[in-house]
Amino acid sequence: MNINLIKPNKENLTNYVSIGGFLVLLGFIDFLANTFFNLNVTGFLPEKLSYFIPIIFGTIGLYLIRIEFSGNRLLDKINTNFNSSNFNAILSLLVIFVLIKFVPPLLNWFIFDADFIGTKKEDCTSGGACWVFVKVWLNRFVYGMYPDAEQWRINAAFLILFFLVGASFFVPVKFKKYFLGFLLFIYPIIGLKLIGGGDFGLKYVETGAWGGLSLTFIVSAFALILCFPIGMFLALGRRSNLPAIKYSSIGFIELWRGVPLITVLFMSAVMFPMFLPDGTYVDKLIRVLIAITLFEAAYMAEVIRGGLQALPKGQYDAAKSLGMGYWRMHFLIILPQALKLVIPGIANTFLALVKDTPLIFVVGLLELAGMVNLAKTNPKWLGMAMEGYVFAGLVFWVICYAMSRYSQNLETKLSTER
Amino acid sequence: MNLKNFKINLSNKNKGLVPQVLTVLLIILAVVYFTINAQNNMGNRGISFGFGFLSQESSFDIAFSLIDYDGSYSYARAFLVGLLNTILVSVIGIFFATILGVTVGISRLSQNYLISKTAEWYVEIFRNIPLILQIFFWYFAALRALPLTVDSINFYDISFLNVKGWYVPRFIWTNFSFFFYSVIAAIISIFFVSKYAKKQRDEFGKQIPTLYISLGILIGLPFLTFLLGGVTLSFKIPELTQLSKTIYVYQGGVTIIPELISLALALSMYTATFIAENVRAGILGVNKGQKEAAASIGLTKSQILKLVVMPQALRIIIPPTTNQYLNLTKNSSLAAAIAYPDIVLVFAGTALMQTGRAIEIISITMLTYLSLSLSISIFMNWYNKKMAIKEK
Repeated sequence: MNINLIKPNKENLTNYVSIGGFLVLLGFIDFLANTFFNLNVTGFLPEKLSYFIPIIFGTIGLYLIRIEFSGNRLLDKINTNFNSSNFNAILSLLVIFVLIKFVPPLLNWFIFDADFIGTKKEDCTSGGACWVFVKVWLNRFVYGMYPDAEQWRINAAFLILFFLVGASFFVPVKFKKYFLGFLLFIYPIIGLKLIGGGDFGLKYVETGAWGGLSLTFIVSAFALILCFPIGMFLALGRRSNLPAIKYSSIGFIELWRGVPLITVLFMSAVMFPMFLPDGTYVDKLIRVLIAITLFEAAYMAEVIRGGLQALPKGQYDAAKSLGMGYWRMHFLIILPQALKLVIPGIANTFLALVKDTPLIFVVGLLELAGMVNLAKTNPKWLGMAMEGYVFAGLVFWVICYAMSRYSQNLETKLSTER
Repeated sequence: MNLKNFKINLSNKNKGLVPQVLTVLLIILAVVYFTINAQNNMGNRGISFGFGFLSQESSFDIAFSLIDYDGSYSYARAFLVGLLNTILVSVIGIFFATILGVTVGISRLSQNYLISKTAEWYVEIFRNIPLILQIFFWYFAALRALPLTVDSINFYDISFLNVKGWYVPRFIWTNFSFFFYSVIAAIISIFFVSKYAKKQRDEFGKQIPTLYISLGILIGLPFLTFLLGGVTLSFKIPELTQLSKTIYVYQGGVTIIPELISLALALSMYTATFIAENVRAGILGVNKGQKEAAASIGLTKSQILKLVVMPQALRIIIPPTTNQYLNLTKNSSLAAAIAYPDIVLVFAGTALMQTGRAIEIISITMLTYLSLSLSISIFMNWYNKKMAIKEK
């Protein structure tokens, strides 16, 4: 048996693979024994060396099994994906070891050692996460300070919305335009009335009591619907030939894009009332909605402008040659194509909008993150910050990840069409 | 015929004029309306518009400041403290976001399945959680779990981490200005070396190892000042001192407050995801034929990366990345949520509460951010133009 340690080759495949595999296995056994059983197998070696033994053994082992075109499919797969060079081998080992070291404790905290049953903090005894906290506060996290007896109104508003959105797929094409118009412009008012109350025998609920996840949805939905037309006109204005319109659009867009949202919200909270006639009071939520809408409209305008710029000039020329005026040209020919081009960009703007909604805490409106902040300062539930933020993070993550996936989906779907 | 044409032209002109005049009128009307209201409101409250308050004594304290500050300084000084704190956290955030972002972006393109998947999940996780939530998480959940002052985490006896912050040694320089000038001199000479190397390469095809020479100058020149110029550097290591029976503090070093740590952490980890995507897109955006062409004229692998791939990838990477830097700077205003004394908290928060001058203070704050953004976008336009010329 002639083992050439310098260069593993195909002739002695079995020897190399068995020795290499054995070394990798030794490294893993040493590491696992260290991590899970507190057993230092290589304790007789100097401390530093003993620490690195798994990596050293693993690297040598992986070097020995790195044989190109070995003919063994599994081996080839391992070599190309995890073991293409010494550097990659070490990186792979490090990642695996880090995962083994940190994932089980995290899982333990998250699920296996966590408490789910109970109604108060003292029920959490096992040392893991105290999901009882989330369970008890769930109602507040979703509905804010909205009175319990009236919460069916929020549910109803959202259920009707889902129903209408679902139904819009089945409406005949002829009525689709009117249906969408109703959904976008009439229904929001009905929904607000339903949640806000005050008429039709519904109890009035002041906007300060709104909150939680439902407020996140309300704010982002309204801001999206409102910022879309404004952004569209701003984009058209920025590309206009008329200097007064062009430069006022540019000024407006750059003003909002240049400042952070939090200062805009501060402005809506403390500066905006100064600009109104004495004694007029505009509701907090309305002010926030106006601020967020104008802010996002500027971003939306830039996205739509990108779409307008991407359209070939021939489209404009063709529309003009048919004798179309400015508005007919844009609404019938240009915008439908341009908007289709920028659907991913619009989705990204919406994503940013959803991620920005927690900022409304600066005017005292508490959506999900704000409610967590409030709940964790409750004297009965001190020390629950971790659980609260992990829960809120998870909820936001699921929403945003689903949306970004959907927009990527749209992107590929639309790009294959062309 | 002539007359008819003339008429059409005239009507076209008028067509553009009416909406323009309407827009301008509308804007003027809105401004006048708001101004009158603002004047009335301020008159009712007995305050008049003006920036005189900036020179008044502020009489509030700021928890963390890079320059001398206490309550006896003016509001303008408080503004400066806030601005410097904003810049500080932005610079720290940009530094780490770049390192992390570039690493993750390159890792996503790695052949190694584990590495690319890890990088991908890092991006997916941190990009899709609102930044404010990440800041809250680090500040209220993660950093609050650190040990108390007495049993701080000890890094080799020179720096200590506990729930009150991170204590690092204070640098004590003598003849610091000498050292400082030597660094500037080194940077200037590196500029000339690289210019000379470029000339040599363009005219004679000679390759000069610019990187090693620059590194040598950058390390060597300041090092010389230690030997010859009498520059010395010593460290003052923070020490645990007992103030009373139960109160212990570290004294002597520099304290990095937890607000700054959590803000910088969250900002850099969040922005790094976007930078990583930019880097990935940039490297993928370089045509494969470019690499093959470079290889076919006999360039080595590192030469291909340095001379062919990177210059083209950077052109794709830099504009959106600058945008991310700008976003990071704007996002640093979220500091107000965890009471890191940045410009929003100090000026638009505390100073506004004390003076009640909403219009002036909010305008100054917004103008500060606006001028920052505009100057960066002007720079970006200049850079894009410069790059576009180079193409041909």
